[in-house]
Amino acid sequence: MADNSEKETNKPLLIRLVAIIGGMFLFAYALVPLYNVFCDITGINGKTRGQALYQNVEIDKQRVVTVEFLTNVNRGMPWEFRSLVKSIKVHPGELNEVQFYAKNRSKQDIVGQTIPSVSPGEAALYLNKTECFCFDQQRLKAGEEVDMVVKFYLDADLPKDINRLTLSYQLFNVSDSFKFEVATSK
Amino acid sequence: MSDHHPTGIKRWLFTTNHKDIGTMYLWFSFVMFLTGGAMAMVIRAELYQPGLQFVEPAFFNQMTTMHGLIMVFGAVMPSMVGLANWLIPMQIGAPDMALPRMNNWSFWILPFAFTMLLSSLFMEGGAPNFGWTFYAPLSTTYAPPSTDFFIFGVHMMGISSIMGAINVIVTVFNMRAPGMTLMKMPLFVWTWLITAFLLIMVMPVLAGAVTMMLTDRHFGTSFFDAAGGGDPVMFQHIFWFFGHPEVYIMILPAFGVVSEIIPAFSRKKLFGYSSMVYATASIALLSFIVWAHHMFATGMPVAGELFFMIATMLIAVPTGVKIFNWVATMWQGSLTFETPMLFSISFVILFTIGGFSGVMLAMAPVDFQYHDTYFVVAHFHYVLFPGAIFGTTAAVYFWLPKWTGKMYNETLGKIHFWMSMVFVNLTFFPMHFSGLAGMPRRIPDYNMMFAEFNMWASIGAFGLGLTQIFFLVTIIMAIRNGKKAEDKQWDGATGLEWDALPSPVPYHTFATPPKVD
Repeated sequence: MADNSEKETNKPLLIRLVAIIGGMFLFAYALVPLYNVFCDITGINGKTRGQALYQNVEIDKQRVVTVEFLTNVNRGMPWEFRSLVKSIKVHPGELNEVQFYAKNRSKQDIVGQTIPSVSPGEAALYLNKTECFCFDQQRLKAGEEVDMVVKFYLDADLPKDINRLTLSYQLFNVSDSFKFEVATSK
Repeated sequence: MSDHHPTGIKRWLFTTNHKDIGTMYLWFSFVMFLTGGAMAMVIRAELYQPGLQFVEPAFFNQMTTMHGLIMVFGAVMPSMVGLANWLIPMQIGAPDMALPRMNNWSFWILPFAFTMLLSSLFMEGGAPNFGWTFYAPLSTTYAPPSTDFFIFGVHMMGISSIMGAINVIVTVFNMRAPGMTLMKMPLFVWTWLITAFLLIMVMPVLAGAVTMMLTDRHFGTSFFDAAGGGDPVMFQHIFWFFGHPEVYIMILPAFGVVSEIIPAFSRKKLFGYSSMVYATASIALLSFIVWAHHMFATGMPVAGELFFMIATMLIAVPTGVKIFNWVATMWQGSLTFETPMLFSISFVILFTIGGFSGVMLAMAPVDFQYHDTYFVVAHFHYVLFPGAIFGTTAAVYFWLPKWTGKMYNETLGKIHFWMSMVFVNLTFFPMHFSGLAGMPRRIPDYNMMFAEFNMWASIGAFGLGLTQIFFLVTIIMAIRNGKKAEDKQWDGATGLEWDALPSPVPYHTFATPPKVD
């Protein structure tokens, strides 16, 4: 019978197919960093970047852009969380400071993490934060309140058709898992 | 080689025979088809009138979820693997599948996978209720505890389809009879070969997605949890990277089936064989770069919407080639309209309707209105029911005489066809209208204005449910008391299974490979 030779030819093909399958399984995981890198480069999905430096920034006094602030508190998070102003008008390039207020209304210590998002998404590339409470987690004791600050400037290259953008913060309760780091989205 | 085969339960448990395994796949998928169909009956009964009549909204959500999962993974996919098992070795002149032991395993995983999935219906907190697309965070943070059974069920059915796909690829590459070159293979073998490559490319991605869900749920990762730096939208990207090729996995083998049947009853060669092969391959390749058309409403940048819109519309070109070729095959043929041919012709017509509503959905600007409405439901049921299921049904009628050596009753077959044709359209056509008018998917109650459309759809659905029982009876009658079939039952049929093998086919075939010129 030709059985043996058949098995011989089946094996290399089988190994290659299994390699493709293993590769595709890993590819699913590789999509995670790829996705973040892609969003970081293109700024889509409204993900803001990490800490920026305010150096030699050109200020465009001609242009006025409205920046609105939005705060949301996720389910299971007994905090009060809001910005002290609803919106400000800024010149691109100018360094701005906005205060946020948070209060732990529960009877326990809670660790919170805010996740920023910018709308329209493409504006995220041009919003640079030099300081933000979202870079860290906040630990508030029962009943404790805190004023938090975000300092940012808009890049002068902000596309001309964007004259209003929203910076939104979603506050999550991460008390269960506050030990591990927040790797991205800072 | 003698035609001896083992008997009793052991024959089915331990079999490595491609015909036995094909039979088990087909019966299993039919059982799942009735199970998923029963869930559809619950859905349509609830939607017969506005208001809540029969079931709680929470249970309704479980029904829509389970109906989708059972039909996609339990009915359509295994039925296609069943056809592959039966037909591919016979059509390429091979004695069996290349890896018969694995073949046995890939089937026997399935009953366990679906027992696990279905058992979640009886668990505390109910079955999965987040829709068959299981978007995070619905399937992670807010999902019932039974979701873990769903996750492992998906893992198992994924392993099963991957093993089935490996088997098809190895068989087609290594087991063809001498002289059976790739471009001489019947189109069913070609479409299945391409489907098998799609399967091994995307099923591991699905496995990755559910594994990420599992670790998000229990092991502290945050792939899809924004609080930990993840992103729920990323779930949709990973899911649809699997999900879009998946829809072609479900339809390509059916393309192959009608490409066999239409020439047989037109008594002509298939028009444009090689263009059919290239069109199928192009559809498969394009399916990898269109996934985000399911996500137009997630707030993509305009450039992204344009890219995915244009790429999606490109798929209409190879699909159009195929439709053209089927029509051109029938053109000036000496047509007869036996049951398999009727199902194949209505496949071409109704699948085209589903294709057109697909092009409508591909248009990003209007998709914002259609998104998540019954228009989408109408679209994918038009490509799945008259597409994948009519294709499989046509295949069963066409090859049943070869498999069993018995003919079905042509009158009953035709009644089955006309019931299917009427009720499929009665069920799914009104959904286009209610969808365009704004009726959302996966909702147990609806506005009064949609009452009429839903009543018609429900009546159609009950009829369609009965039709399947009629189908079952027709097939069982054929197997038990059917007239003896001829070796070449259809005078226009071509291919090794008709020309070189008797009806019914012996248990072992092509122990010595046939000659192919």
